[in-house]
Amino acid sequence: MKRRIVLAVIALAILALVLLSRLRVEDRTGGEAPPPLFADTANEVERGRALVLLADCGPCHTARGGEPFAGGRAIPTPFGTFVTPNITPDPETGIGNWTSDDFWRALHEGRSRDGRLLYPTFPYTNYTKISRRDADAMFAYLRTLKPVRRENRPHELRFPYDQRWLLAAWRALFFRPGVYEPDPERSAEWNRGAYLVQGVAHCSACHEARNALGAIQSSDNPAGGLVLDWYAPSLTRAREAGVQHWSEEDIVTFLRTGRTQSAPHASALGPMAEVVYESLQHVHPGELHAMAVYLKSLPVDGAPPDAGAGFASAPLTGSLARGREIYMEHCADCHGERGEGRLPAAIPLAGNRAVCMDSVANPIRIVLYGGYPPGTEGSPRPFGMPPFYPTLRNDQIASVLNYVRTGCGADVPRVTADEVERNRGGPLW
Amino acid sequence: MKPLLLPIVLLGGLSLAASAAEPSATELDTIAQRVRACTPCHGAEGRATSEGYYPRIAGKPAGYLYNQLVNFRDGRRHFPMMTYLTERQTEQFLLEMAAHFAAQELPYPPPQRPNVDAALLERGRVLATEGDAQREIPACSACHGSRLMGVEPSVPGLLGLPDDYLIAQMGSWRSGSRRAHEPDCMAEIARRLEREDLAAVAAWLAVQPVPENTRPDPAFEQEPPMRCGSIPENTQAAP
Repeated sequence: MKRRIVLAVIALAILALVLLSRLRVEDRTGGEAPPPLFADTANEVERGRALVLLADCGPCHTARGGEPFAGGRAIPTPFGTFVTPNITPDPETGIGNWTSDDFWRALHEGRSRDGRLLYPTFPYTNYTKISRRDADAMFAYLRTLKPVRRENRPHELRFPYDQRWLLAAWRALFFRPGVYEPDPERSAEWNRGAYLVQGVAHCSACHEARNALGAIQSSDNPAGGLVLDWYAPSLTRAREAGVQHWSEEDIVTFLRTGRTQSAPHASALGPMAEVVYESLQHVHPGELHAMAVYLKSLPVDGAPPDAGAGFASAPLTGSLARGREIYMEHCADCHGERGEGRLPAAIPLAGNRAVCMDSVANPIRIVLYGGYPPGTEGSPRPFGMPPFYPTLRNDQIASVLNYVRTGCGADVPRVTADEVERNRGGPLW
Repeated sequence: MKPLLLPIVLLGGLSLAASAAEPSATELDTIAQRVRACTPCHGAEGRATSEGYYPRIAGKPAGYLYNQLVNFRDGRRHFPMMTYLTERQTEQFLLEMAAHFAAQELPYPPPQRPNVDAALLERGRVLATEGDAQREIPACSACHGSRLMGVEPSVPGLLGLPDDYLIAQMGSWRSGSRRAHEPDCMAEIARRLEREDLAAVAAWLAVQPVPENTRPDPAFEQEPPMRCGSIPENTQAAP
């Protein structure tokens, strides 16, 4: 009964919204994307391959140990578990019967071949910026893949998110189709970078906050977002992942190899390690350079943490004193007694943005589960952070993180044992 | 963990000595430093106590260790922590990690004390050393070497491991949650074993002292009874 009432109320609200939105939808479908500056443009399949790589389609549409692009990977979200579909050219279980119009409708409008609305876990809110020419190239490349017969598994979503028709309301509120519109005031390289970052590479799918309904609303909420249990730091905050103060070369090095070679020290862990490993390291450096040019031009909030600020040294008491003891016992050997780092093995922690950002999800996960930055051609033998989940208790992890966060040069939210507990378990990434 | 901590405690106590002892960048640029992510569970040199669930990896054949890293990566074995650590690395790097731990020569813990009755132990001994021809179950020693310390490059030793670990592994093989490259001979054998057989074999293996020479055999002494996908073709005879 309660369900019916909820659905009825939602239905009415939707009807109102959909009517409203009909009045103001203007879809830009014929836009021309800024052309690739560096890839072979004559060969459509080759151009499609490069775009599919940049869009990172493969890893999401491939199950562990499964056939490439045959789908079946489970994507855990707050709304339930999505299971990616088979996009190989198999006629029955894949997209073998699709036309380039069908594919375009999926990318540009978020509709499947049969007209069903797609869940925005498939980032069509970004892909809508892709030009028809590029979408056709991606489709042409996907047609060349080996067809794999693998039935799609249904999503496992919680109520009311399992009611697919509710997406109509979601779209009315949050989705405007439209191909990227170049900014004539900016360089070709900047426009290419913007096209890739906003559209093809769909960076905002993780790096911008989503609201309670899973929509990205950058204008209201420019902070990063929690995705797959990790916090994807904001690209417009200097204390998080803004790279406005980095050199273009450092940005490209980070995107291509998963780490920087010198200050500013950064390495990719968690979902970003996957993006680098699967996608960015294989992308033409010229495209990465265009992305760097655009990322540097984003508006920026605040200043990076003071790298010179050491850990608190005044006589410490209570939890901070315990944190210091744990640090000296477990961390100082690699990261140095003052958090200065021991290169090349361990990067500095004092003033490190990964440690200092307000969200404590990543620091907790890094202490719990450690991990390796991706092994890439530019950094084939990375150093790994040991996992401490078997050896340290929640309160110990909270204490040591609070001690390390005294080196951030500003007040940062305290880590609590409860928050550490919340990060235990669940899928790693 | 303890041997690793000792130098840190010393460094912490004497800050002057600590700065003098700080390792240089070259000293840190080693495979040992790179695999420190493995040590909280497997021990500083790839060793675990006979009490812990995390298995010893020191001295196991490099090919076996490499196969396991790849199996975790590709979903043939399931342990999220291992998958997380292995899934975005090059095969050369995984091989280098495997070779590093394979080269470790460390003393083994004393064997566990028997905690099952003599009849079960005897059943375990017979299965491990003679097999059961009627049920087409080869002896463990037919593939794992007459000393049961494994065979280069990919067959692991079976001694010096706790019986709960051995039971868990054979159980997962039997249920299909641990797999190896096809043809998966160990899965086939585990399915031919009764639950009681698993307990018997594990109990017997866990109480055996390791022999003086703990290294794996360099090659099979006789042709293995089954074809196994985890063993490179050129080291096993054609079926």
